[in-house]
Amino acid sequence: MKSLRGFLIGLVFGSGLVISGMTNPQKVIGFLDIFGEWDPTLIFVMAGAVLTYAIFFHLWKKRPKPLFLEKWDIPTKRQIDRRLLLGAFLFGVGWGLTGFCPGPALVSLGFFKLESLIFVVFLLSGAALSRLENSKRQ
Amino acid sequence: MISNANILSALVRGISIGYAAAYYFLSFGKICGVSGILYSSFKKNEPIRSTKIGFVLGLVAAGLCWNFSYPAQVTFIVTNSYWKLAVGGLLVGFGTAMGGGCTSGHGVCGVSRLSPRSLVATACFMLSGILTVWIFK
Repeated sequence: MKSLRGFLIGLVFGSGLVISGMTNPQKVIGFLDIFGEWDPTLIFVMAGAVLTYAIFFHLWKKRPKPLFLEKWDIPTKRQIDRRLLLGAFLFGVGWGLTGFCPGPALVSLGFFKLESLIFVVFLLSGAALSRLENSKRQ
Repeated sequence: MISNANILSALVRGISIGYAAAYYFLSFGKICGVSGILYSSFKKNEPIRSTKIGFVLGLVAAGLCWNFSYPAQVTFIVTNSYWKLAVGGLLVGFGTAMGGGCTSGHGVCGVSRLSPRSLVATACFMLSGILTVWIFK
């Protein structure tokens, strides 16, 4: 059943975030605090994640199709546009302010902390605003 | 300075993130970007919507499991500034939606594929993250 598989993958992914320290905002801010008390640990976490993904992605995409759907759905857009740059920049500012990015924030909801809830509520609001802004542009 | 044992430990822990993301790709043929999965899970008629909802619930469940079974592993030190949480949340939500991804989508899945968009996006949010910490810490 696909949704169960999705759940289990989320469980493992989320666990990876916990054990790697990504769900601890202080650790993330320490990683970004290059000019202060720099904690480079997360570079190695990301390196481990990127290398692993690279190996298995290239191995598995050679198959004719994924396990549960009929075709591969790999992004083909290559153009680097203003939305990408501005979006990434704004994301980084929010990340630097809080030490939260979407994945770890969702996992931390399981810690029952008010800070996580506040962040996630505003996260969803921000995304909704972006969708609104995007639909007005057309 | 970071010790070799810590470096190795970090690398190994990163493997679980990378493997889960890759397994999502193997299963469904799509990029495992949390922001994309989360936002699109709200859309009616979204392809594999229940899978995406399941994934999001899995993330929260992971937090719950660790919180209740091994709380010592769960260090959670966060700002107590509500304005930072609110403004930060808005910026992360708006920015990841606009920019098409976050640390998992662009940072892990995109960088490992050497996607030009992801390489640039990742460099961008790393830079602005570093600058922001420098100014606001």
